[in-house]
Amino acid sequence: MSATTPASASADVGIDLSQFYQVFFEEAGENLATMEQMLLSIDLAAADDEELNAIFRCAHSVKGGAATFGFADVAALTHQMETLLDKLRRHELAPSAGMVDVLLAAGDALKAQLARHQSGGEGDSVDTAHLLAQIRAFVEGSAATVATATPAVAAASPTPTVTPVAVSGLRLLELTVGPLDKPEQANSLVELFSEIPDLGSIEPLDAGRDADGMRRFKLATTSSDNDLLDLFTFHVAREHVKLTPLTAGYGFHAGAPGAPAAEPAADANPGFGFFDDAPGAPSSHTTGPASVLAAAPATAPGAKPEGPRPAAKPEAKVTPTAADTTLRVSIDKVDQLINLVGELVITQAMLAQNSKSADDALSQQMAAGLTDLERNTRDLQEAVMSIRMIPMSLVFSRFPRLLRDLAAKLDKKVELVQVGEATELDKGMVEKITDPLTHLVRNSCDHGIELPAERLARGKPEHGTITLAASHQGGSIVIEVRDDGKGLNRATLLRKAREKGIDAPDSMTDGEVWSLIFAPGFSTAEVVTDVSGRGVGMDVVKKNITALGGTVEIDSAEGYGMSVKVRLPLTLAIMDGMSVGVGGECYILPLGSVIESFQVQADTIKSMGGDGRVVQVRDEYMPVLHLERVFDVPRVGSTQTTNNIMVVVEAEGGRVALLVDELLGQQQVVVKNLEANYRRVPDVSGATIMGDGRVALILDTAALVRRSRH
Amino acid sequence: MYSILAVDDSASMRQMVSFTLKNAGFNVVEAVDGQDAFEKANSRDFNLVLTDQNMPRMDGISLTRKLREHPKFKATPILILTTESSDQMKQAGRAAGATGWLVKPFDPAKLIEVIGKVIR
Repeated sequence: MSATTPASASADVGIDLSQFYQVFFEEAGENLATMEQMLLSIDLAAADDEELNAIFRCAHSVKGGAATFGFADVAALTHQMETLLDKLRRHELAPSAGMVDVLLAAGDALKAQLARHQSGGEGDSVDTAHLLAQIRAFVEGSAATVATATPAVAAASPTPTVTPVAVSGLRLLELTVGPLDKPEQANSLVELFSEIPDLGSIEPLDAGRDADGMRRFKLATTSSDNDLLDLFTFHVAREHVKLTPLTAGYGFHAGAPGAPAAEPAADANPGFGFFDDAPGAPSSHTTGPASVLAAAPATAPGAKPEGPRPAAKPEAKVTPTAADTTLRVSIDKVDQLINLVGELVITQAMLAQNSKSADDALSQQMAAGLTDLERNTRDLQEAVMSIRMIPMSLVFSRFPRLLRDLAAKLDKKVELVQVGEATELDKGMVEKITDPLTHLVRNSCDHGIELPAERLARGKPEHGTITLAASHQGGSIVIEVRDDGKGLNRATLLRKAREKGIDAPDSMTDGEVWSLIFAPGFSTAEVVTDVSGRGVGMDVVKKNITALGGTVEIDSAEGYGMSVKVRLPLTLAIMDGMSVGVGGECYILPLGSVIESFQVQADTIKSMGGDGRVVQVRDEYMPVLHLERVFDVPRVGSTQTTNNIMVVVEAEGGRVALLVDELLGQQQVVVKNLEANYRRVPDVSGATIMGDGRVALILDTAALVRRSRH
Repeated sequence: MYSILAVDDSASMRQMVSFTLKNAGFNVVEAVDGQDAFEKANSRDFNLVLTDQNMPRMDGISLTRKLREHPKFKATPILILTTESSDQMKQAGRAAGATGWLVKPFDPAKLIEVIGKVIR
């Protein structure tokens, strides 16, 4: 079928279509996301025309691209969806919950198909035979029986099943029948297609009239040529049937402006045409479908060439597309820019440092310029970082669908409220926070929200509400997952903790009790469900958020619900740090984790058994870590300094006092990944380059707190 | 050098068409829908308009009708790209004053072939 593969045919003009694949994949992904969003929000009783049109357009657009770029399976499925959506927007069918379910499942299958193509066609093809049949049943209005089965099927397999059986793609064929004594005989083939839905679709290419006893049809089918020919011989002799790949069509309206003067009669179905009397069309007649068409409006009864078809949609009030005001660039380019700005920040700091050692006159001259440079560098850095910022709505958008499927599975009724979707967060952060948030939302739905009957019995509305809220607070973003479910039970948590052998005295504060759910292997669910897993998760959630430099807070009121607040830094690439000196070395502490610093006398540090040492800070004894010993900093020349400074840092709910020689200052540092550039180093989360060109290690305060516990 | 106005709401289709035409030596201006195309058509001249049919804001048929009302575009070839090869669609294009149609999917070679027939 090389003729239907655009890539091969386009060799003539030397254009490799694969260069457009990436844009197509991104565009198709956006279209599918929009479609899903609209399907989820559609009001079945009063579906808006513009909504239906917009959903149709999503499928239509994906189909057009898929067909052009040669993704036959995607084109076949979207073709079937488009047919159903077309009937919906024309009000030939009323939308139903069953249709929405099937269309959502089809969207999932399309995503799987696209992912497979994007990875170069690896893995098994997606089996869409069942979906195609379901959609077709709706299209034909025969879905009464199928419809009842549909939601169950869709719920049972929310993700498309993958089978090793390759589904051959939809093929477009031209069927030529004749010459026949009675050309109307060919109509029996049309009936054949309506009798056997699996055959695909057929439509006349000749407006229903024969030319010298020859009839022409367009077929869209997944069947093989031989199967088709075998079937056709029941109605028409085999020698009178010819199947050829349908060439991409075009045509001119004879007489239209610019249409060619004479069309050579080479291609039986060139797939294009001119209108005879249209402005710019060629003056003399054209061949093939063009001439047929020119005659059609004059002779075909009921044809209304004047009035615009109802298919032409009203000019809608859709918000203008952002395509002409936005630019799509690869993330690599942005990251390269960020790296370069990082280098610039370092160079600027280096210049500032060096200018101090220059002589006074020169230093004066340079000062003004350096101040400007510093301001511009900072502005540039902020501007570049903002390119990487994307709205939280990109994370939130997955939850309506997730909750819909989950609530259906659990027989619960849940509404999702989103607040602050426009709040922006660094792209790298967004990718990493998605999984933990998903877990929290699943947890709320599974363990928090009660069954409808139970809620009613407690005087609550039947629908539970899960609220996702994002907001900026200082240099952080706070994402809250809140539900109005049953909340946490203090007694149950304490009992569970003790069963697991966790030390849980009654004197624990509520906050400490709630935090027990983050303990490894802790699960309070009486029944283990396949939704929230087997108690794996909350500890992982906490660990992942902590790894991002974030914190988690829980608040709960029994009977009224609970709230989990995740606080994250806005970006991972730049950090506010405090630099401290130890021996000849400089280390960076994340400013957010620094609580206080003070000078101590050596004798206020008390030894515990073994190597352990503590210092008394007001009423509290705190473990002390000697950074010099942790990192084996060599002492050159002078002996132990007496100028002891303690920096108290907090992480993972614990505090540790770090003993250093001096505080060097506070500054923004550009974080360089140590693992990527060197290897993982214990107690160190990254590195940065200082103004004087030296490399400084950024300390992992959580690891230091853990170390102090041992 | 001939100038072509290429209209499609799909970025991948627009890129493919635009790249193909530029490769063939045409000057190309892209528009993301009928409304955008109409505004661009008002501000400069084109030798050919190539438009998708189904688009938000203003579709290809309405664009064709509006362009034909404009004296500047009375005789300019207008081709409609469409996935529907039904007579209904063709007649709608014809009624709006389109010069011809090209059925999607098409490949770059076919596009150049068709354009070669109307731009000489």
